[in-house]
Amino acid sequence: MAEIHLKGLAHSYIGNPQISSDYAIHEMDHVWKQGGAYALLGPSGCGKSTLLNLISGLITPSHGSVLFDGVEMNDVSTQDRNIAQVFQFPVIYDSMTVYDNLAFPLRNMKVDKNKIASKVQEVASILDLTEILQQKANNLSADAKQKISMGRGLVRDDVSAILFDEPLTVIDPNLKWKLRRQLKQIHERYNITMVYVTHDQLEASTFADQIALMYEGKIVQFGTPRELFENPNHTFVGYFIGSPGMNFIELEEVTVNNQPQFKFDQLQFPLTQPQIEILSTSTSSNLKIGIRPEFLQLSKIAHTESLACTILHTEDLGTYKIVTVALGNQELKVRLGEDQHPPLTQAYLTFPNQWVKIYIDEYLVDIQVGDNSNE
Amino acid sequence: MSLVLENVYRQVNNVDHLSNINLEFKPGSFNVLLGRTLAGKTSLLRVIAGLDKVSSGKVLMDGEDVSAISVQQRNISMVYQQFINYPNLSVYDNIASPLKLCGTGSAEIKRKVQETAEMLHIEHFLQRHPLELSGGQQQRTAMARALVKDASIILFDEPLVNLDYKLREELRQELRELFKLRNSIAIYATTEPNEALALGGITSLLHQGKLLQSGPAIEQYHQPVNLNAADLYSEPPINLLKGQIKGAEISFENYASFPIANHFKDIAEGQYSFGIRPSHIALVPKNDSDIELSVRVDVAEISASETFLHVANDQLQMVLQLSGVHDYRNNTLVNIYIPPEKLFIFAESGLIIKAPRISSSGGI
Amino acid sequence: MNKVQNNKAWLLVLPVFLLVAFSAIVPLMTVVNYSVQDIFDQNTAYFVGVEWYREVMTDPRLHASLARQFLYSATVLAIEIPLGIAVALMMPTKGWTASLTLILLALPLLIPWNVVGTIWQIFARSDIGLLGYSLNGLGIDYNYTSNSVDAWMTVVLMDVWHWTSLIALLCYSGLRAIPDAYYQAAKIDRASNWAIFRFIQFPKLRGVLIIGVLLRYMDSFMIYTEPFDLTGGGPGNSTTFLSQALTKMAIGQFDIGPAAAFSIIYFLIVLLVSWLFFTTITHLDKDQVKEQSYD
Repeated sequence: MAEIHLKGLAHSYIGNPQISSDYAIHEMDHVWKQGGAYALLGPSGCGKSTLLNLISGLITPSHGSVLFDGVEMNDVSTQDRNIAQVFQFPVIYDSMTVYDNLAFPLRNMKVDKNKIASKVQEVASILDLTEILQQKANNLSADAKQKISMGRGLVRDDVSAILFDEPLTVIDPNLKWKLRRQLKQIHERYNITMVYVTHDQLEASTFADQIALMYEGKIVQFGTPRELFENPNHTFVGYFIGSPGMNFIELEEVTVNNQPQFKFDQLQFPLTQPQIEILSTSTSSNLKIGIRPEFLQLSKIAHTESLACTILHTEDLGTYKIVTVALGNQELKVRLGEDQHPPLTQAYLTFPNQWVKIYIDEYLVDIQVGDNSNE
Repeated sequence: MSLVLENVYRQVNNVDHLSNINLEFKPGSFNVLLGRTLAGKTSLLRVIAGLDKVSSGKVLMDGEDVSAISVQQRNISMVYQQFINYPNLSVYDNIASPLKLCGTGSAEIKRKVQETAEMLHIEHFLQRHPLELSGGQQQRTAMARALVKDASIILFDEPLVNLDYKLREELRQELRELFKLRNSIAIYATTEPNEALALGGITSLLHQGKLLQSGPAIEQYHQPVNLNAADLYSEPPINLLKGQIKGAEISFENYASFPIANHFKDIAEGQYSFGIRPSHIALVPKNDSDIELSVRVDVAEISASETFLHVANDQLQMVLQLSGVHDYRNNTLVNIYIPPEKLFIFAESGLIIKAPRISSSGGI
Repeated sequence: MNKVQNNKAWLLVLPVFLLVAFSAIVPLMTVVNYSVQDIFDQNTAYFVGVEWYREVMTDPRLHASLARQFLYSATVLAIEIPLGIAVALMMPTKGWTASLTLILLALPLLIPWNVVGTIWQIFARSDIGLLGYSLNGLGIDYNYTSNSVDAWMTVVLMDVWHWTSLIALLCYSGLRAIPDAYYQAAKIDRASNWAIFRFIQFPKLRGVLIIGVLLRYMDSFMIYTEPFDLTGGGPGNSTTFLSQALTKMAIGQFDIGPAAAFSIIYFLIVLLVSWLFFTTITHLDKDQVKEQSYD
């Protein structure tokens, strides 16, 4: 059981890093609480696996340190850090039975035989492995193997954290649901710190209390899934979280009658007064608004402040629909519920003010600080 | 080019990998094979490609039996799950390789490679080697190689599995656009129902080597032919309840009885499996006829904009897909409401008896 | 329905068929033919049935060389396999040292058999050879031409020097094929180095080891050139292995009939042992549970 503190942590694979791009992990400072469920989310090559390996000790950081419960771990070997790790492809000892696989870490620690037996039985029953305990592990399906890898971490009492490195990659979709749920239950039952690396926002957000979204070696946002979804603080977060991602429209400042207006493709974007003020005080010309497909409203009839758009096509995904519309030269995505049907050609788009986010130089400028109102 | 499979069987060591597959692929169509691991998707692709022989049945291309025609002569290209490129050739040479093999002129090769590379947005990497590229770019290279030679059939064996989900989203959309303009048959195998739905096209459901049904994915989602088909569209999995219809009552697992709704009027008495999609169950009743069940919360998976609520009681286990954040502590007791008009009814054999009507009124 | 194509396919197999027939089956049958006849000259031959086989089987000289042969193969395998694995485990995996080690290890494999024999013949001589001279200089009485134990040790040493590299290289490639995640997982599970070897490396090496053991068994069982170069089978008959005994019989004494019978028996022993070994190993691999679910 441990709190993980990444203290001024940075890592470079190059001996003497000079410029920013030499770093695989840029300096960061985070404290992850004991018993928390954390996800490292990001596209491939963003550094999430490197960060995981820094925590597990498979890589020693070139700068800063990793602390477990306040104790520096930089020079402590992987074995002695008391962590367990589940890899992308199931790692099992294939000459052993399932039972022996689960007992392996305990036997290595010279735990008493009876204790091993009871611990293995306990973990096997949680993971639904009891019936196959005496089978050889190498003939099992991928999901069973992955459960065994997980089980090897759970049998140990001294585990301070379990690290998952894209553990569901090789699992069929229907079993992913099952395994994810078991994982969540295990987390609640054992109260172990868990760190989960993935590129899949759904996996990350259903698993974790807090997500660290990584991009090019930096944690660009650290927060609850809801915060990342509703208030992405960088356009990358908006793009990466959500399926499909956030819609962005680039705005241009024009002065009409000495009043600043913000337009795109000759259309004036409906903004509130505070939003206009923020945009007009900015010196940058990189101005964007972002809005989630879930929050855009599509209707057959015009409302005040709605903009006319053309329907390009509709994807029916069963539980919801994604409608692609053209607004000026922009293509925007709108998400509709299962029972909603878009008009065939022409419609009107409304941008609810509280969901219109302003991005200057790709970073969110928060207008409603402290205002978390939900409709 | 048209492609028809007639009573195709394939056995390996007396195990049926494919049994009695009848399928027709229209010229210029985009087709999806949806099934679990080991359902027979790859076996089917390999039979079409000519890499494996059928045990019995026929593969007809343009009406002609092609069992005597070798892989090389079938004018087929294939994209695999792994990123397969020639590591010692540049991206340009990789894409050009199929053309060189058919002896295309060098000016023509140059034009075609350029064109295909642009289509797949890799025109800036032509001089690099595949291993210097990201996974997404490597797979684009493999796809470009498959697309460059005007193959009459292009097979995709879970090509996006090893990519980030965001890249998948993008490539999926591009692929669909690409094939709108082509006259070749595309066959795309996947385990993910969302992919089948998003790609559109004609989807064939495979289960244990058998073809369950074939048609537009969204129709299968709404009208599965049996339990297995309903279960394949599982994001999350459909909930199943065993129960019976008797007299004017419907009961589940011998514990809860409800007056029968209009929806079931024409259904004979007997044992059935009732299916309900997770998104159709609610925490508040919409109608008086909704079936109310008391359950406890097993675990709440909260994603950003929705909640997957796993619930159970002594008789059943279910998952609900709710929009918005619903933070329940474990073991909280809740009532859930199932609208009977949304129930799928399956016979004990698994065959569909009745599927819910699709609402077309809705509007926005 | 498919008959026509199948016939065409046979044509493609034909060359291989002919090749195998001429290289293996025809010579083998000739030997079988000799082994059941007593041949005096080109036109006079009597069918003698299994007489030659009976004679060969009861020949004490052959019993001795067969026993010697088994002992030799067993000794060589018992040394080379563990040693080869150990070398593979110690080999560097990265950088120039890795390439250098690979080259050094591959060197003995490139040397022809009789050159190896000659090298050792000189190297181990007690009067001018570096090894023999040094040993004697250290006060160890060593002379492979007169002492049969010394001769034996020299032949074994020579084989170990020549062929351990093969096992080492096979194992090295096997070890490289193990994904890093396995080692990482084992570290995390606090496995000792021995446990890592026992439960990860050894099981994953099994495939290459089967090949290695088979190759070394067959090769060592047929050893001829090296002891012939070194000691000519002596002193006495102490290093006369099966193939040398056979050659003596066939070429030295022109006992074609018994030699042919001997060859057949020899061949069957090699085949039988290889087969036994292979089936035992592959069967160990199988698990009683073979069900594979569809979902």
